[in-house]
Amino acid sequence: MTNSIREIEGMEVLFIIGSNTKETHPVIANRMIKAFRKGAKIIVADPRRVPMTKFSELYLPLRPGTDVALLNGMAKVISDEGLRNDDFIRDKTEGYEAWKDAVRDFTPERVSRITGVAKDDIIRAARIYGASRTAGIFYTMGITQHTCGTDNVKAIANLATLTGNIGRPHTGVNPLRGQNNVQGASDAACAPNVFPGYQKVDDPAVRKKFEEAWGVTLPPKPGLTTTEMINAAADGRLKALYIMGENPVLTDPNQHHTIKALQDLEFLVVQDIFMTETAKYAHVVLPAACSYEKEGTFTNTDRRVQRVRKAVNPPGDAWDDLSIIMALSRHLGYPMEYRSPELVFEEFRRLWPALSGISYERIKSRGIAWPCPAPDHPGTEFLYKDGFPKGRVPFVPVEYREPAEVTSDEYPFVLTTGRNLYQYHSGSMTRRVEPIEKRAGKAYAEINEADAVRLEIRDGGKVKVRSKRGVIEISARISAMVPPGTIFIPMHYAEAAANVITNDALDPTVKIPELKVCAVQVAAADKSSGE
Amino acid sequence: MIIRVCMGPAGIAAGGKQVLDAFNAELGRTQVAAKVLENCSSHQVGCLGLCARDVLVEVHRDGTKTVYQYVKPDMVARIVQEHLIGGKVVKDWLVDAAYDSFYRKQVKVVLADCGRIDPESIDAYESVKGYEAARDVLASRTPEEIIEEIKMSGLRGRGGAGFPTGLKWELGRKAKSDVKYIICNADEGDPGAFMDRAVIEGSPHAVIEGMIIGAYAIQAGHGYVYIRAEYPLAVERLRMALDQARSRGYLGKGIFRSKFDFDIKIKLGAGAFVCGEETALIASIEGQRGMPRPKPPFPVNKGLWQKPTVINNVETLANIPHIIRNGCGWYAGFGTERSRGTKVFALTGKIKNPGLIEVPMGITLREIIEEIGGGIESGKPFKAVQTGGPSGGCIPASMMDITMDYEALAKAGSIVGSGGMIVLDADDCMVNVAKYFVQFTQAESCGKCVPCRVGTKRLLETLERITSGKGSPNDIELLEELSGGIKSLSLCGLGQTAPNPVLSTIKYFRDEYDAHIRDRKCPAKVCKGLLTYSIDAAKCKACGSCLKACPSGAVSGEKKKPHKIDPAKCVRCGACFDVCKFGAVERE
Amino acid sequence: MAMVTITINGKALTVPDNLTVMEAANRHGIAIPNLCRHPQLTPFGGCRLCVVEVKGLPRPIASCTTPVTEGMEVTTMTPRLEEHRRFVLELILSDHPNDCMTCQATGSCQLQELAYTYGVKGERYPGERRIYSKRDGNPFIERDLEKCILCGRCVKICDEVQGVEAIDFGYRGFKAKITTPFEDDLDCEFCGQCVSVCPTGALTGKLWKGKGRYEGVRETETVCPYCGTGCNITVHARNNEIIRISSKPWAWNEGLLCVKGRFGYPFVKSPERLTKPLIRRASGNFEETSWTAALEYVSAWLKKIREERGPDAIGGLSSARCTNEENYLFQKLLRAGVGTNNVDHCARL
Repeated sequence: MTNSIREIEGMEVLFIIGSNTKETHPVIANRMIKAFRKGAKIIVADPRRVPMTKFSELYLPLRPGTDVALLNGMAKVISDEGLRNDDFIRDKTEGYEAWKDAVRDFTPERVSRITGVAKDDIIRAARIYGASRTAGIFYTMGITQHTCGTDNVKAIANLATLTGNIGRPHTGVNPLRGQNNVQGASDAACAPNVFPGYQKVDDPAVRKKFEEAWGVTLPPKPGLTTTEMINAAADGRLKALYIMGENPVLTDPNQHHTIKALQDLEFLVVQDIFMTETAKYAHVVLPAACSYEKEGTFTNTDRRVQRVRKAVNPPGDAWDDLSIIMALSRHLGYPMEYRSPELVFEEFRRLWPALSGISYERIKSRGIAWPCPAPDHPGTEFLYKDGFPKGRVPFVPVEYREPAEVTSDEYPFVLTTGRNLYQYHSGSMTRRVEPIEKRAGKAYAEINEADAVRLEIRDGGKVKVRSKRGVIEISARISAMVPPGTIFIPMHYAEAAANVITNDALDPTVKIPELKVCAVQVAAADKSSGE
Repeated sequence: MIIRVCMGPAGIAAGGKQVLDAFNAELGRTQVAAKVLENCSSHQVGCLGLCARDVLVEVHRDGTKTVYQYVKPDMVARIVQEHLIGGKVVKDWLVDAAYDSFYRKQVKVVLADCGRIDPESIDAYESVKGYEAARDVLASRTPEEIIEEIKMSGLRGRGGAGFPTGLKWELGRKAKSDVKYIICNADEGDPGAFMDRAVIEGSPHAVIEGMIIGAYAIQAGHGYVYIRAEYPLAVERLRMALDQARSRGYLGKGIFRSKFDFDIKIKLGAGAFVCGEETALIASIEGQRGMPRPKPPFPVNKGLWQKPTVINNVETLANIPHIIRNGCGWYAGFGTERSRGTKVFALTGKIKNPGLIEVPMGITLREIIEEIGGGIESGKPFKAVQTGGPSGGCIPASMMDITMDYEALAKAGSIVGSGGMIVLDADDCMVNVAKYFVQFTQAESCGKCVPCRVGTKRLLETLERITSGKGSPNDIELLEELSGGIKSLSLCGLGQTAPNPVLSTIKYFRDEYDAHIRDRKCPAKVCKGLLTYSIDAAKCKACGSCLKACPSGAVSGEKKKPHKIDPAKCVRCGACFDVCKFGAVERE
Repeated sequence: MAMVTITINGKALTVPDNLTVMEAANRHGIAIPNLCRHPQLTPFGGCRLCVVEVKGLPRPIASCTTPVTEGMEVTTMTPRLEEHRRFVLELILSDHPNDCMTCQATGSCQLQELAYTYGVKGERYPGERRIYSKRDGNPFIERDLEKCILCGRCVKICDEVQGVEAIDFGYRGFKAKITTPFEDDLDCEFCGQCVSVCPTGALTGKLWKGKGRYEGVRETETVCPYCGTGCNITVHARNNEIIRISSKPWAWNEGLLCVKGRFGYPFVKSPERLTKPLIRRASGNFEETSWTAALEYVSAWLKKIREERGPDAIGGLSSARCTNEENYLFQKLLRAGVGTNNVDHCARL
């Protein structure tokens, strides 16, 4: 997020696209509702009529995977109608003219044809967002989990750049992070191309700094991403995998492929708190502590580094992950010894200037948002106050591309996946919470009533949902949330895992899989053929 | 010669149709040339005459009007014979002097047109100078002039609180906002009160005209009438009247060819007493549960949808056109120094002539009870009158010469209120009366604030204890303590005034409380729990009717022997007392 | 913003004109008793405990709803006001179970605390008490309406902050109560904001029952382990067991949590938790082993593959669920210890 969560309350316009905020980030939604109570206008763009639409001035029901068209279309209206921020464009950006040329064809009429959103609503949305200078954009995986995920993000950036809605309080672009410490894991460089603090591994100067700090020679070539590692395992290039607290069998697309890849490994070690679907394929399983059982820090979606504290002891002989990693390092002949997590953090902040002003002592009672370059720096609530990292913000023209898989006569439905309010991710925690299971313990596929009637599917009845990659049997939930032709399945349920059927096609730049769109067929279970 | 037979609802109920037919038949038989007409027939409106004397028949002969009362069909022949043919008035059946004073003591302003004109016709309203005031105001007067006129008239809110209307409008006028509202409060909820209903059913255009003038004075573009859904006829007539006014350009864009836009919507209330409280009423219009909001901020600054809002009662608004037409001086000519004009009261209870009356402020209670009301129906002593409904209090017979105005009633521990006036006689138990009203306010409390929700419950329980014979000597003190707390601490007017019936009955009829508590007796013989039934053996004829009537098997007795009542089995229903033809059942 | 000068208890204060009397008093360290006021919600004005006297006004006014005005002279504490407050408390307690011995809220109950402060037992105005036998069948939130004082906080937070409107006032008079549509079981998002603002024991977590209140309970301030919002939570634990999770109103998330954050902790005590290192034997079954054996085994395999295939035949997947320190060390292990950049986590999933 370029803004802090607290700033949401002061926003004038909130444009939420590809985020079911009310269910996936409920407490951020609280802030949005508070903004709404103060008179903020909310625009929601989502294939599903998500709960936040209750508070929206305008709801744009776009077809899955057509975000670029919608965003370009809105931007064109803003540009054409003079709602753009000319001062900002002149002083802070580059490439406007070329970009303007590139969106020439995104007329409201054409965009309406692509997205299915009414022409007037596209114009209205553009006017609401374009007229405000205190507007925030919010998105999550609905934007990123596409083969055009990078383009989607760029199109959002263009929209904010065009109106200058960035770099000021209550004004910015806000991807909402899905897991408690995605931000921190990224910051700490659990990523194949960077060292901690987003410092490139292929930059010799950077590498030298880390080699000196760590006392070893470091590999210069970027490594593989998660999905690439799974592919590499399947084709024999990767032989061993060490998984700490992940469950790719449930969370990665195309489950059959993932399982086969794990089975092809010579050695798999999984470190987790439960015997997850992934751990079942491991050669060694190491018992870890959960968040309530250890000390450390998390960095949340608004870049706030906050203290995690131990409330109870881990069960039995389970160790916290830090102790396990340190013990393993000794066995591997590269002993890493730290008397406390704080000393690890101290090393981390020495190597990354954005963190260098933050210490355990300073965040004893309140977290601090990075960048925080000095011990007396208050932290950074919103980014780009003093300008942009590369000087000028570039307009990056993006073209609309169809999703990797489109519907056909054989697979006439679009499947989109996501989370619900109660369960969390692969469910290893929430599915072991009794009240949550009572409330939301059953897998389901949302289907529009019109489709259900046509296919003789009744509410609660079993259906088979099949893609080119696999088939699952699941209960139907007739719901007005999804439009005709679209099916939604939450990802949490191992017994009817959405990722058996999802597409593992990747975004070419950041290698994110297209979990939000694939083509499927749906039939009442007793009628479906071929099983 | 013209004969007018009262065919209003009361007239019909008393046999008006039969009397009318009898006249037609008798005139046909005797070949007398006279026309028989109906009085107040077509409009389904109470004529507000002396309906208690129905069937009333007017005979117009030689330019004089003669009125007969209690006319029955069998009296028709003699009236035709002696009066119409013979020219001699039938003195036996004439209305008496009380009939005259009934009319003489009243001044009809708000009710002037009710029953006189067809309420469903805008032409009828315009034929009695309707909309002249509004037309004049829109054409040639400033809001400030109107506000000044109303201030000078001394008109005060007729809904109960008596806040000066001109001042309220002035505050509304001064409130700065692009949007303002005027609301007509027609959520009449006091038990037994029907003033507002009568006005809307009888002359809906007068209310609309009042709202137009008020809206112009405060410069409000939107009006609401918040009216009880239980008044279907009033709602229907109001709707009709609004359509008519709209079609003539009196509502909508540029009304009366001016540049001023104003229109009115109807909002139906669902029968919650508390919605008569203005902030609860506003919440209800907004679609919320009708719960009062704290004041300040006052509606005149932050009312409906947080915009400045003036709320006036039906009767208040219906006065406006008359004041504008006749001038503030004319209106101020009625009433007392600080309570100007007239007030409509709903006179009910143990009175001979119940109904709606309109009197100048400052009239004495005695004049209302004895001259307009015709005294107590049963002939028993007058005990008290309860004014102001559940928020008011009682005025005892000893204070009969009190003047009916805001100040005097407040001093006596009651209020003018919206105009309810319940007459009580010796058969009424004052503790029971207090209990009745507390029961009402407790049931109608919205539950928001503690003193009202729980406090009135404890008040009610204490009264129930006293009336069921379980009172303790501390109970009066307890009632006063609870009442004091509830009055001081309740959020809205409903709670703040809820203890008034209790406090005023304690003030004037403490002896009745004492009798209930100390002697375990209800002097008025109303409170069932304090009554004992017995049979006077000397009077009992052993007819067995009490035995049959008793639902609990408490009466025993054989043929030809005096019967007995077993007090242990007696449920004090009074069935034996009611059926005994010989007065043998005694109630103590 | 315009400023006004008012006096509270004889002290002249200059405050912004958009404050209520209570807010102005609180800002200057003057506390006024109340039960229905909550800083996150619009004022309600129902409990009447916060009444104060204002010079020139005939009756005491609720300080939580009355805006300050220039020259206002306020007194917050007089014998009469204290008598009023005692009166209100007597009435509330006259219709309250007063079963503090077994009540979940004991010790954290605002009503109990006020009763204690004022020495009110609720015996002055005895009378009927509301009895509700029906219990709500939802799995998360215990609603004991007999303890409800109708302060309206739950209704307001559900509407104003959560935007759900699952509950509202129903019925009239003494029978007024907070109810769901048609009195069905609660059907909502189960965020428990209502529970967190309830000043009595009317709303509690079903999971909490009998687990502990204050004695022997240790509170730990930490961060929620679920989504990326990073809500600050307080973990209440007794005898090494989490018994409840709450959030402090002064945390940046203002005490707001969601159903997972507030009620999603029992997995910690699941019997399915892994408690011993496991090694897969030739039979294909897992067998419990010691840490030393397990770590030996893992390092032997990794060394073998590194030697045979090079370090890039090894990969590591770290977790967005682990701490910064763990993630930092994990990638350091892979890069510096193993010698590969094949390290990633699930940011994309």
